[in-house]
Amino acid sequence: MTFKSKLGGALLAAVMSATALQGAFAADDTIKIGVLHSLSGTMAISETTLKDVMLMLVEEQNKKGGVLGKKLEAVVVDPASDWPLFAEKARQLISKDKVAAVFGCWTSSSRKSVLPVFEELNSILFYPVQYEGEESSRNIFYTGAAPNQQAIPAVDYLAKEEGVKRWVLAGTDYVYPQTTNKILKAYLMSKGVAESDIMVNYTPFGHSDWQTIVSDIKKFGSAGKKTAVVSTINGDANVPFYKELGNQGIKAEDIPVVAFSVGEEELAGLDTKPLVGHLAAWNYFQSVDADVNAEFIKEWHAFTKNDKRVTNDPMEAAYIGFNAWVKAVEAAGTTNTDAVLDSIIGVSVPNLSGGTSTVMPNHHITKPVLIGEIQADGQFDIVQETAPVVGDEWSDYLPDSKNLISDWRKPMSCGNFNVASGKCGGKGS
Amino acid sequence: MLIRLFSLIFLVLSFAAPSFAQNDPKPLIDALAKADFGEAEKLIGQLAATGDARVVPALNAFSEGDLYFRKSDNLVFIGKAAGSGYELIDPVTGVSVGQAAKNAVTKIKINNSLRRVIRSAMGGLTLMSPDRGVRLQAADAVLRSPSAENLELLETAIAKETDREVKARMEEARAVSLLSSDRSIDEKRAAIQTIKNYGGRNAIGILMGASAALDPSLKGDVDAAIASIESGQRLWDMAQNVWYGLSLGSVLLLAAIGLAITFGVMGIINMAHGEMVMLGAYSTFVVQQVIRENAPGLFDWSLAIALPVAFLVTGAVGLVIERGVIRFLYGRPLETLLATWGVSLILQQTIRSIFGPTNQEVGNPSWMSGSFPVGGMTITWNRLWIIAFSLSIFVALLVVMKKSSFGLNMRAVTQNRRMASSMGIRTPWVDAFTFALGSGIAGIAGVALSQIDNVSPNLGQSYIIDSFMVVVFGGVGNLWGTLVGALSLGVLNKFLEPSVGAVLGKILVLVLIILFIQKRPRGLFALKGRAVDA
Repeated sequence: MTFKSKLGGALLAAVMSATALQGAFAADDTIKIGVLHSLSGTMAISETTLKDVMLMLVEEQNKKGGVLGKKLEAVVVDPASDWPLFAEKARQLISKDKVAAVFGCWTSSSRKSVLPVFEELNSILFYPVQYEGEESSRNIFYTGAAPNQQAIPAVDYLAKEEGVKRWVLAGTDYVYPQTTNKILKAYLMSKGVAESDIMVNYTPFGHSDWQTIVSDIKKFGSAGKKTAVVSTINGDANVPFYKELGNQGIKAEDIPVVAFSVGEEELAGLDTKPLVGHLAAWNYFQSVDADVNAEFIKEWHAFTKNDKRVTNDPMEAAYIGFNAWVKAVEAAGTTNTDAVLDSIIGVSVPNLSGGTSTVMPNHHITKPVLIGEIQADGQFDIVQETAPVVGDEWSDYLPDSKNLISDWRKPMSCGNFNVASGKCGGKGS
Repeated sequence: MLIRLFSLIFLVLSFAAPSFAQNDPKPLIDALAKADFGEAEKLIGQLAATGDARVVPALNAFSEGDLYFRKSDNLVFIGKAAGSGYELIDPVTGVSVGQAAKNAVTKIKINNSLRRVIRSAMGGLTLMSPDRGVRLQAADAVLRSPSAENLELLETAIAKETDREVKARMEEARAVSLLSSDRSIDEKRAAIQTIKNYGGRNAIGILMGASAALDPSLKGDVDAAIASIESGQRLWDMAQNVWYGLSLGSVLLLAAIGLAITFGVMGIINMAHGEMVMLGAYSTFVVQQVIRENAPGLFDWSLAIALPVAFLVTGAVGLVIERGVIRFLYGRPLETLLATWGVSLILQQTIRSIFGPTNQEVGNPSWMSGSFPVGGMTITWNRLWIIAFSLSIFVALLVVMKKSSFGLNMRAVTQNRRMASSMGIRTPWVDAFTFALGSGIAGIAGVALSQIDNVSPNLGQSYIIDSFMVVVFGGVGNLWGTLVGALSLGVLNKFLEPSVGAVLGKILVLVLIILFIQKRPRGLFALKGRAVDA
């Protein structure tokens, strides 16, 4: 009896707090924005940080007087790493909470799940994570890296600076690694790499037993040619992968690993001493030497009240997306979706690596590509920085998409314009 | 700036030519301050060419990323973290020159190709070291990044060398370096033989790498040598696969053995089992955190200390769960499943609220890092320890079940509750402590798993399916079944993985288990008798 009544009480409290969170009817002098990141489940590990960044950015903006003279209010929902729930929560944010724009999603699956909702209800999503490309929506802005802003420059670096001739493309078995590896394989072969010098390997989510694969990589690497691993291994599986590399004695000098999903946050759970020299490619590292970055890190530490919290690339993408939206809203003088969609193209905002990022007509942004080597303190030492690169939504290396471009300016307003046939609407969405 | 640099290099070079030892390598080292990667590579070459052992500490520090230059005068020092800044050490004399604030010095950047150059240069410089260990390392370094320039140095070193192991390593290094030199074909042929006798994967790599540049008449020798090494390697590869399988099996065993009690013996479908493993891993984290702050010297013992802590913590949590939830639900498996699943979510979110959603760093004690070769295979220490550990837990559990009075009570209650009760056994408490024991064992498993996996709130989820799979496959209620089940699933998985890939391998294993369960619904080792039907 007591047990049951306690359970009932807890349930009641949970329901009440949930309604308090969602049902807060805002006064007219606030603009609401949605934050759609998983706070529980498998993706919470990465997404919770982005929720915190959004709250910080909103707080900073309100200190500066808000937007259009109104205060911003963040509406936080928890889609719990459940892809269909993302769509449901997005619908709730747009129709019920009447948010002006939504910042959220991490995995491509969650983005694909909310895409039709944003198009149907005509709202705006800012997506802050590197992704596989092959998509362009009128209602989504991709502030993370497209493959040409991360994967291809990284491969170029390895080929040029390390003289790599043999490639292992290792990834987790889902859409981002598969598409990225398809693009990379086509790219490498266009550069004259033989197919026998490319090994592609996929593992399930959360794979934790890397013994066989690491020893296969070792075997593949002992063919007398300089070998490197291009890793699109996702999230949690990285820690045991790097541990196994360290234990089997694979040093970065022998077989370097360049990763696209390993940043400061992922390294925080790891002793990085055996990993010194392995690489990562991003558009931002915490170690970037720029005043704007130092300022951002200071604010972040103050906001989280923890001076050990690291910053990472998706945080920068969220920062750019948020500031671009603010600027576009101020230019349009309204939060109306169509007006903002028109005014945001061409908006330039400072990024955290000391330059500026511009929103392009294809709803991607310009940013430099940085290659960093892992240091013993879990930070990256930047060994190369390129000039700003325009995100390319339709890869030039895949036969299905090489003729497609995207331009959301009027009068074209098309996400998949086929330059060969001169018509809007080709393969892909 | 560049002109200054080049004149400096020229100056040093012109001095360096006649006699090495007289020269001060300091200007060369200082030139590193403003050199880009290409220039730094040249400077390292010149430092190595001095043949001066005094440059070794500086090169070593450079490759470790400990070399800094002072912004005020561009002088280069070895920096050791001290307080909020660095202690600066003269790179040549090794004398401390005092402290510097963090922003007064800049780290000299290094990348992988520079590290390789340094490794090879260091190998050449330390071949004559009086320390046997250093010489062995030097020979290894030359072996890994061979260059024809080290050849003469190696030959001098071999002539002087007295230690057999070091000498053998140097001979190998010499053979490898010789392949890329302009020595005669006969000498190269002999070198190929030496490398062949050395064997192993690396030898194949060396031969394949060198074969393109070799004289065509040697191609037959190279191919024969590679074929001979590969045939020897095949058996070792098989052994390596079995080892990987056993090691995966031992991880499965660790994850499942607690469940073998709560599910196997008690029949509770315990979805919160994975979270007990997770709590054990977090206990390890907390213990290590306390040790790091209070007694860093004890770090190598942290796992031993974490074991009882994890057992008690998870055992206590298990006791609370049994008393608070499960005891109301005996005989209602569906509700138990839902309730324990709810408990697992609560535990996950609690940990997430306390420690945050990100991974926590659990360090590996020194005795659990690295690997050692056994013939043609590599054995990593952490896997070896985990196999030993899971087997000893298994034995300990077996002893508790079969030899202790608690074990006797436990078996009595599970076999015939009413009879046991009328013999005076307090069955509710036996239930509670059995569940606590199962949970505690899961916690101990968490200590071991923290060494190879992420310590995050999701840790448990990835093991729960595997655990049930093992227990059902091995036969519910039988510890031996769990052992055999875990090890055979591990080996099966590892033999499937190389041919069909990790994703398909996992699917195939599941399909095979489903088929197996159709044939033998009670698993490998079915319990016989009335207990099962009760």
